[in-house]
Amino acid sequence: MYGWTGTVLRINLTEGTIQKEPLRTEDAEQYIGGRGLGAKYFMDEVDPRIDALGPENKLIYATGPLTGMMGVSTGRHDIIAKGPLNDTLAASNSGGYFGAEIKYAGYDMVIFEGKADHPVYVYAYNGTVEIRDAAHLWGKTVPETTDLLLAETNPDAKVSCIGPAGENLVLFAAIINDKHRAAGRTGIGAVMGSKNLKGFVVRGTGGIKVADKSGFIKAIQDGRAKIKENPVTSAGLPSLGTNVLVNIINDVGGLPTRNWQEAYFPEAEKISGEAQAEENLSRSKGCTGCVIGCGRVEKAHGEFKSSGEGPEYESTWAFGSDCGISDVNAILKANFLCNDLGLDTISMGSTIACAMELYEKGFIDRSTTIADLRFGNAAAMVEMVEATAYRKGFGNDLAEGSYRLAETYGHPELSMSVKKQEMPAYDPRAIQGIGLEYATSNRGGCHVRGYTISPEVLGLPMKMDPATTEGKPDILKIFQDLTAALSASGTCLFTSFAIGGDDIAAELTAATGVTYTPDDFMTIGERIYNLERLFIMKTGYTGADDTLPPRLLNDPIPAGPSRGTVSHLSEMMPVYYEERGWDEDGAPTAEKLEELGLTAYAL
Amino acid sequence: MENARKLLMIAPEKCISCGTCELACSLHHEGEFRPSKSRITVYRFEMGVTIPMTCFQCDSPACVAACKTGALVKDTGSGIVTVNSEKCIGCRMCEMACPFGNIAYNAVKKTPMKCDLCGGDPECAKYCPTHAIEYVPADAAVTKKKLDFAAKMAAAIGEGNV
Repeated sequence: MYGWTGTVLRINLTEGTIQKEPLRTEDAEQYIGGRGLGAKYFMDEVDPRIDALGPENKLIYATGPLTGMMGVSTGRHDIIAKGPLNDTLAASNSGGYFGAEIKYAGYDMVIFEGKADHPVYVYAYNGTVEIRDAAHLWGKTVPETTDLLLAETNPDAKVSCIGPAGENLVLFAAIINDKHRAAGRTGIGAVMGSKNLKGFVVRGTGGIKVADKSGFIKAIQDGRAKIKENPVTSAGLPSLGTNVLVNIINDVGGLPTRNWQEAYFPEAEKISGEAQAEENLSRSKGCTGCVIGCGRVEKAHGEFKSSGEGPEYESTWAFGSDCGISDVNAILKANFLCNDLGLDTISMGSTIACAMELYEKGFIDRSTTIADLRFGNAAAMVEMVEATAYRKGFGNDLAEGSYRLAETYGHPELSMSVKKQEMPAYDPRAIQGIGLEYATSNRGGCHVRGYTISPEVLGLPMKMDPATTEGKPDILKIFQDLTAALSASGTCLFTSFAIGGDDIAAELTAATGVTYTPDDFMTIGERIYNLERLFIMKTGYTGADDTLPPRLLNDPIPAGPSRGTVSHLSEMMPVYYEERGWDEDGAPTAEKLEELGLTAYAL
Repeated sequence: MENARKLLMIAPEKCISCGTCELACSLHHEGEFRPSKSRITVYRFEMGVTIPMTCFQCDSPACVAACKTGALVKDTGSGIVTVNSEKCIGCRMCEMACPFGNIAYNAVKKTPMKCDLCGGDPECAKYCPTHAIEYVPADAAVTKKKLDFAAKMAAAIGEGNV
């Protein structure tokens, strides 16, 4: 095959069996790969009502046909599982070099099933696959585990693994590959931990064939030219990384501060991308085949002296303004700890911020927290990250995420989450469209299912007023569908600032030899989005869950450029449902399912 | 004339570790995206430091000296150390002789595998997104390097740091 390798690897950890099976090519054509094809296999094989931490859950590493090719930033893979944080269908996307290595080893997807009866890791050297004992790795951090695994397998291999957080079933544990790249959200690291699977090591020496070489070269040259002409992909991201957004979002008055009590952080400059570039940045980095290079290699100084990769903007926000912290070194330290221990930075920071508000309001006292959890206490914030990964003391409460934490202490309204997952870094009171995204994202509070910040703040591909709701449901649907198909192809989301579905469809067509028109591409995105929607509705979510925390709907922003605003979600929701072809309860209609070929999955 | 010859200039400080050079190289030479068969290899170290490694086309190539059958030849015109597979007997002396590890042996094709500068238009340089790899006239490349460093010194003097 071209683009795809044509093989799926299936590893049953209960039975200790390893099987290779041919890729279901018809499904591959209709769902492309990655998040899309992974969701399709998952829906066909797993009952949505299973316990996310039980052996019935599956963990699917899924690449796209473009992963590992010289496409326009096509080094991405997805990991699909039912996420224990909120029972949604996790498709956590990650970069680095791991996804490409899976392809070079000869696989489009690797499916882990069951549960090993003792800690193990899996090593795949091309077609040779072994389940090996991991007793000596259990308890080790991500960098320790990675180095040990490279030493005992192959120095050219790539490693994806969990840290102590995944072992301890922290509900927002991440799976980290290449030491610093996270498949972060919804707690798939805990799924890996629940299977006693410490790591997955891959070395591939094979290749990926391209159907139409000259067509592919033309497609990527067109795409690369657009990346080069675009100010975000050619200047903003390479020079400042995603932290370019700190000042931009603060200037809009949409930088959530002190657990979203405010949306403007007067000290934002101190934690901005500009400040980090000046004081902390060592180098820029890119994933396989990247033409942007947004990755940060940074150093923290002083009492928080440490180094590693990141933080992303949302991590800077979570440990920074959301916790009322302006010490950039503490933010970096917390971020590096999350990578080392295997935690999702957004949920971690936001859960600490929630605990800080509960603490300041007197709903939790110091005999419980031990640490002085006032907003702005940087040392306590850093201490809580480690406590969470090991479930030490109050960390055991934090390990359940902000929703369960706030509920336990009697104030669920203080969890700034949607469908039990913490929302990132952009206040929907100031930026209306992103509120609709949070409310309707298929995995709960999440910005990367439909990044409306692009038109609403950055003016790409066209400028929309962040303060109004007009046109937001339409643009969100387009972004959600585009993002689903884009992720399925193995492409990085950040390319979409500059290139569109037509560009990626052209790459896919030349790469695979299967014709994808721009319309086909968007339809596939819509198919994926609806399939994920059906999954979460089958787990029990309804339209009533497509909402935002009451603070965002009722409490006006108290100060800053967006002072006095609230989210007008209710104006957008019916328009969105109609645009999607969903009924008033948010369920896809029979006609919509028929149109997308999803009738078999009807509720 | 000699210095006008082009040189594959690699600037690791500009490299973002993406490995695009390996992809471009393997597509050109092997017809598929296959880093393990690339003539240029990206080595990624801690703190994001990455070094792309490929043949330097030495003026006195140890691999050529070690080759007893004439399968490896330094082309006097282009300066490229070229491989004639017909003459190769697979002794792998070239691999052992290269002090940098920049020549490998393809056991399947039974021939040494090394950079041939794509016959004068290297694909790695063409696709490197950050210009960490450039194919430029040797004298101009050296002058530019010198100038870049001089500019840094000038800036430091201007700020009164020297």
